Amino acid sequence: MRLNKEELDKLTIKTAHEALVRGDFSAVDLTESYLAQIKEKNEELNVYLEVFADAREQATEADRRLRKNDGVTLLTGIPLAIKDNILIEGRKCSSASKMLENYTAVYDATVIKRLKECGAVFLGRTNMDEFAMGGSTESSAFGPTKNPHDKTRVAGGSSGGSASAVGGGLALAALGSDTGGSIRQPSSFCGAVGLKPTYGAVSRYGVMALASSLDQVGPIAKTTEDAEILFDAIRGADNLDSNAYNLPVYPVTPAKLNIGVPYSFLNGGGVAKEVLDNFNQLVEKLKQDGHVVEEVEMPNLHYSLACYYVLMPAEASTNLARFDGVRYGLHLDGQDVTDDYKKTRAAGFGREVRRRIMLGTFVLSAGYYDAYYNKANQARELIKQDYLNVFNQYDAIITPTAPSLAFPIGKNSNDPLQMYLEDIFTVPVNLAGVPAMSIPTGFTAPLETAPKGLPLGVQVAAPERREDILFAFGRLVERLG
Amino acid sequence: MLTKNDINNLTNLARIDLTEEEKDKLQKDLESILGYISELQKAPNVTEGHRSESYYLKNVTRSDDNPNEPGGNTEKILEEAPKRRDNLFVVKKILDN
Repeated sequence: MRLNKEELDKLTIKTAHEALVRGDFSAVDLTESYLAQIKEKNEELNVYLEVFADAREQATEADRRLRKNDGVTLLTGIPLAIKDNILIEGRKCSSASKMLENYTAVYDATVIKRLKECGAVFLGRTNMDEFAMGGSTESSAFGPTKNPHDKTRVAGGSSGGSASAVGGGLALAALGSDTGGSIRQPSSFCGAVGLKPTYGAVSRYGVMALASSLDQVGPIAKTTEDAEILFDAIRGADNLDSNAYNLPVYPVTPAKLNIGVPYSFLNGGGVAKEVLDNFNQLVEKLKQDGHVVEEVEMPNLHYSLACYYVLMPAEASTNLARFDGVRYGLHLDGQDVTDDYKKTRAAGFGREVRRRIMLGTFVLSAGYYDAYYNKANQARELIKQDYLNVFNQYDAIITPTAPSLAFPIGKNSNDPLQMYLEDIFTVPVNLAGVPAMSIPTGFTAPLETAPKGLPLGVQVAAPERREDILFAFGRLVERLG
Repeated sequence: MLTKNDINNLTNLARIDLTEEEKDKLQKDLESILGYISELQKAPNVTEGHRSESYYLKNVTRSDDNPNEPGGNTEKILEEAPKRRDNLFVVKKILDN
């Protein structure tokens, strides 16, 4: 039985699970239905860098488990898309870079191991900004991913392939990674729910490192409930990631939320009118529903982007030093060993990756270390303190997820600074280490290229280890419509 | 601001060969980014006692023994090497004669 696009659009992880258990359709049916969608649309959207040839076999195994009731979970037989920086043993994993174009992963990431145990089906690996550096998936070595709602516009990034897969109906849910907004911003651009968990909530073993003090893996899904199911499947302590911890049992989630909005940060300019109007409408609805929404002061938040664009490149330049053409990946021959490195890295890394490595090298160099790197670490403390102060009195902080709508492909690609400004609302959350989620809040008016309009999203942040508040808020927004 | 010499030093430190044209573009990009980043200099200094000590994150360590069977992954790993000889990665010599 083949499900058509409309039937697939209605499915959530839970309803698909119930249908699989009832036998309305099989896991093979479900996977084949998604493969048919992929076949029809992937060439244009450029969502998947590779569709796994054995997806049907994976689904067959899930059907066996379902038939025998052998370790069936909510994710058994659920077709997922996986960002191309998450290792799956025996499969290519390239981080959308020429450097790793032909690299085959030699082990499973912990999140993959956990999803395999659940019986999930991996449809393929999704496009992204090269080494997760970017906010539009335009820095992929394999071409940009298009927005499923407007093919002239970007899907956002860096997890643009995963977000476009979910928003465009080419997977039921997906995994992404988020260093400065790479799950939340593309989710907002593509009309999906995207969760960046608390730093340390999800193991990063087997996930290619960008900036290790900021990186987290998380779900991209159609609904809050789906995001929660996926998060529950992947989170928890891991001997192989020294930062990963087990979540405590959540205290009771408040029924009425006290919500803070840093208006002075929001009104600092540069936010599109459609975005602000949509956000203000949501605030009104929240108030009418009995929640407290008040202005809060976060005086150091405006240092976030400058702070981030010191710390992230510093860590990235260190993490990417491993690409030396010796142990794996691309190798070009030079005159001597240093020349080998230089030629290999020049040929393997794209423009944005080089830019960030150079920037990181600069801010870590002896003469500038204090002025940039140390100063940025101090600013990070101030930003964390701003969050702690607000969370003394409030359950959550909300802002739009991104200051602009999904922008036309090519618009920002020659202006790195303009591209960086797109991260203004998402970056502070990573610096503070707190969890945050982007939730769809409707569409703009229709455009010629976007008959349904462009998706909009709200970002909610909560105290560390309080993902429960994010899920409560997400369900609230979904109910208020 | 950055000089051409700075850019040459950076490309050497980062071990990335760039053409002159690429260096010019990089110099312009870095100058604009550093101009923005310099806003950080206006941030107040963090004083002792202002540090967020309550911050929960702790390093979780494991015992320092072999998590994997010795040799169990050797072949898989070496298969990814651009150049190998037996169980070795091949690199150019790093010492002069």
